[in-house]
Amino acid sequence: MTEGGFGTMNWFKRLLPSRIRTEGISKRAVPEGVWTSCPACKAMLYRAELERNLDVCPKCGHHMRISARRRLDKFLDAEPRSELAGDVRPVDFLKFKDTRKYKDRLTQAQKDTGEADALVVMRGALRGMPVVACAFEFEFMGGSMGSVVGERFVRATDAALQERIPLVCFSASGGARMQEALVSLMQMGKTSAALRRLGDQGVPFVSVLTDPTMGGVSASLAMLGDVNVAEPNALIGFAGPRVIEQTVRQVLPEGFQRSEFLLAHGAIDMIVDRRQLRDRLGSILSILSGKQAT
Amino acid sequence: MNLNFLDFEQPIAELEAKIEELRYIGNDAELNITDEITRLRARSQELTRNIFSNLTAHQISRLARHPQRPYTLDYVQRIFTDFEELHGDRAFGDDPAIVCGLARIGGMPVVVIGHQKGRNTQETILRNYGMAKPEGYRKALRVMKLAERFGLPLVTLIDTPGAYPGIDAEERGQSEAIARNLYEMSGLQIPILACVIGEGGSGGALAIGVADRIIMLEYSTYSVISPEGCAAILWKSAEGAGEAADALGLTSSRLLELRLVDQVIPEPLGGAHRDVGETASRLRAALLENLSTLKRIPVQQLVEQRHERLMRYGQFGRG
Repeated sequence: MTEGGFGTMNWFKRLLPSRIRTEGISKRAVPEGVWTSCPACKAMLYRAELERNLDVCPKCGHHMRISARRRLDKFLDAEPRSELAGDVRPVDFLKFKDTRKYKDRLTQAQKDTGEADALVVMRGALRGMPVVACAFEFEFMGGSMGSVVGERFVRATDAALQERIPLVCFSASGGARMQEALVSLMQMGKTSAALRRLGDQGVPFVSVLTDPTMGGVSASLAMLGDVNVAEPNALIGFAGPRVIEQTVRQVLPEGFQRSEFLLAHGAIDMIVDRRQLRDRLGSILSILSGKQAT
Repeated sequence: MNLNFLDFEQPIAELEAKIEELRYIGNDAELNITDEITRLRARSQELTRNIFSNLTAHQISRLARHPQRPYTLDYVQRIFTDFEELHGDRAFGDDPAIVCGLARIGGMPVVVIGHQKGRNTQETILRNYGMAKPEGYRKALRVMKLAERFGLPLVTLIDTPGAYPGIDAEERGQSEAIARNLYEMSGLQIPILACVIGEGGSGGALAIGVADRIIMLEYSTYSVISPEGCAAILWKSAEGAGEAADALGLTSSRLLELRLVDQVIPEPLGGAHRDVGETASRLRAALLENLSTLKRIPVQQLVEQRHERLMRYGQFGRG
């Protein structure tokens, strides 16, 4: 990785392997305790204040990773809310084993996150407009997409289609889940095909790319928004920076594969601060769906 | 070490060298060694049969990437007529890692799209090892739309280590290019027949691989990641590549079992590269048979079935 260029090397280094890590690192962006420090600017932060600020550092504006459930909780109106496709649960149908069994990795991830798999889907409302919203749980095996993520995403599109209400997806993923081999690759086709049905019916889909969105998730559902939005400074790309560096054998340009880089190269429509997402997406969805936001 | 043979094929290479030697002596000394050659030939065949009946997944993955393995244009030349290559994505450039063209197979007009690898150093660099950039996938998409406009069935030949992981590719939106192809192919109003002829590498393969029928040559592979890449990540060392290949189940026989592919085309003894003509003729027969089946299905029904097929991918529990 480039030395220098990022004043936030510790945070950056910790982030780098995350695309492929499925365990271990950065269990919590915010450790237990009253005080915490911003991984980017190192400022000491009062935890309660940070949480009120949606886990955006009040000093430097760094967007920390947040869990899928917290993400949806902060995005949706308080009422109504109901979880969809929660009954779709993972099975180790290939009996995949690397240094650990996939089955054991699943159990561990379920224990660590309290989620059954890496995508949470909710039927709810945004500023009074009914929406279906889903969010990737990055702490669950790197937010990797396997059968359950694919199926839950399709059910989210089904629900949006049936009610003709907008779909919003917050992606945070290292890509396809290797432990489900080719079946997970096929989830790229599955989710993209579902989005085509949505698009053909004129039901809006807004994709919010958060840190990090890589590989098979980036190369399918996440890039297919009618509007593609990113949070500031999120790592977004197809291949991971290390793989690219090893392939091209040159130092990557500063800010490579960051939201600002993607905006400059025309891949996304806008960068939106987390604290403004409800307002801005509410406005966008109101225009696209012809419904009135409160 | 004969570079035309992989390490596990070296016993065959040695026998073949012996046969060559004998033939050379035979020409020279007019000794009657025909019997000896025939005997050695038979032994070589038997040895090949033995070795090839017990290939590991990792060995197959290396055969799929054999430097002598036939590539898209080798098949195009032998299977299709009236091939007219179509170049460029109309936006940025022409990516030589993917070839597209109008063609006929058995007289039937089609569009053919395939990854293209290079044979020698110069061509390998030109073709970028068959790793396409966004302009390659966008060229493919442009030509797919052309096929749709004129109602031409689409044949895709898959052979890539994956989409190119490079700075320029990321700048031009590699992710979006792949995603857009998946999106569009899922609803393309023409029959789509995809065949993996070598290496089916991840998103770069799928970007021309959403289809009504997916078929594979026997010693080709199709996987979410290469065994080496998987080993580097999950085993933290290249040593795990053998185990990773097994775990990933990337061989044609395993994928047929899992019903992720519809048909496997047997290769000649020793692999496609040992008899390119024979492989091409088997592939041609399979393409023709599948195309005629697909052409009989009304296109609306075809697209509906394709969608259902895509929706069926995945295994999960309830509750």
